[in-house]
Amino acid sequence: MYRNARELLGLCNEKNVKISEMVMLDEIESNGLSREEILSKLDEILVIMENASSATLYNPVKTLGGLIGGEGKKMMNYLQQNRMITDQWIVKAMARAFVCSEYNASMGRICAAPTAGSCGIIPAAILTYAEKFKLNREEMIAGLLVASGIGKIISINATVSGAEGGCQAECGSAAAMAAAALTEMSGGTAEQSMHAAAIALKNIMGLICDPIGGLVESPCSKRNASGVVNAMISADIALAGVVSIIPFDEVVEAMKNVGTGMHQDFKETARGGIAITRTALALIEKNK
Amino acid sequence: MDKINSIFDVLGPIMIGPSSSHTAGAARLGKIARYAANRDVVGAKIYLHGSFAETADGHGTKKALVAGILGMEPHDERLKLALDIAKDEGIDISFEKIAIDGAHPNTARFEIYKSGGEIVRLTGTSIGGGAVIVTEMNGFDVEITGDYYTMITKHNDKKGIISRVTTMLAENNVNIGNMRVKRNHKSNIASMIIETDDLVSATIVEKIRRLDEMIAVIEIMPIREK
Ligand code: SF4
Repeated sequence: MYRNARELLGLCNEKNVKISEMVMLDEIESNGLSREEILSKLDEILVIMENASSATLYNPVKTLGGLIGGEGKKMMNYLQQNRMITDQWIVKAMARAFVCSEYNASMGRICAAPTAGSCGIIPAAILTYAEKFKLNREEMIAGLLVASGIGKIISINATVSGAEGGCQAECGSAAAMAAAALTEMSGGTAEQSMHAAAIALKNIMGLICDPIGGLVESPCSKRNASGVVNAMISADIALAGVVSIIPFDEVVEAMKNVGTGMHQDFKETARGGIAITRTALALIEKNK
Repeated sequence: MDKINSIFDVLGPIMIGPSSSHTAGAARLGKIARYAANRDVVGAKIYLHGSFAETADGHGTKKALVAGILGMEPHDERLKLALDIAKDEGIDISFEKIAIDGAHPNTARFEIYKSGGEIVRLTGTSIGGGAVIVTEMNGFDVEITGDYYTMITKHNDKKGIISRVTTMLAENNVNIGNMRVKRNHKSNIASMIIETDDLVSATIVEKIRRLDEMIAVIEIMPIREK
């Protein structure tokens, strides 16, 4: 049983296993599921993520609130033009994240990771990395295990809900989970995974939750797109050997405190930030 | 959140979007309402409070509540069509906005109509991440999360009834996880809310139902999808 990063790292070192394997061992021990059952549930989640991140890539759909749609397709068209400032993998990852958000907002079937609002970040990170480096399913599932271990630590010690902690708790947690996963998938050490997670969470610390009209559409979908990029660069930073000066557990604690101190207007109530800009209010009025 | 045990509490639920609280949680509340009516639903009136009322359309909340009432899981692709399916099945559904003093923003109050003309009333809240809590059922304060099998009795408040029920459960190896008793002194009617580790067999439930003092027994099945 691990309750924080320090304990999880301790167990990894003691048993000389990767984070993914330690998370698996812990899940077997604490929930009475067999390895096969856990793998098959994760495989099912992966299938849902594959579908949700590609569903509307070429055929945008109408979302419930009508605020977003078609962003993924635009990113793919842009990719074809081959003039991007970043690179094709970053653009592809953003396209996938956008599509998940669009699919979610049109009542598609998704896997909350850790929430529905942030459901694009982990699939976009893992699937794009897997495409680039031709990973097999087993390696992708290992990524999901790492991500879920990090998510569990955040849930135990802080929160992953936008209503309780702002968007830093949703898209920030998702980015931290994805960053740790990418780091291990890329051959990084367990310590490097924790640095990557800490860096990702610090990068967006303080981000408020301010969805237009209270709907999980905007700015949510763009925060999924920037969230996956946050995960990718944080993993790269950690893999390069740069360390987070503040350990992950303390970053989580800080995130929690920032969330607690955050005004209610900035926690999913749609009473602050982007949600109350003139344009946002006019849009809501028009859609009524 | 303190009740995080499994990685699937973090990676999950698998659900129809867009919102774990306004869509998945709403479907789970609907599911509890269905159980409260013993799966016999011919119509429903649903009152929406707070954010449930304000953002219902943008979150598919109405569809999700009705999907639950029809017995669908939060990940059922038919959830989007729930209002049409209810219509096809001849189940009459209506909605109304309501303001409940001091209630959590994501609260719904149900009136479920059963085929015999009986009405079941309950109030529940989606507290975040898809987790729910029913706080009132048929006039009694309750606290039902749907995490466990829950039996709710309504009985005449006579001596010995409680121990008779708990003994019956114990004799059949049912382990009680949590139990609360609510009394209404004026009417002399009381209620027991019993959460158990395992499901209680239909035979035992029937025996409890037939006790002289018993007026009604409601069973709420665990609502967490496998
Ligand atoms: S802005 Fe709020 S609703 Fe949107 S993704 Fe962030 S936390 Fe979720």
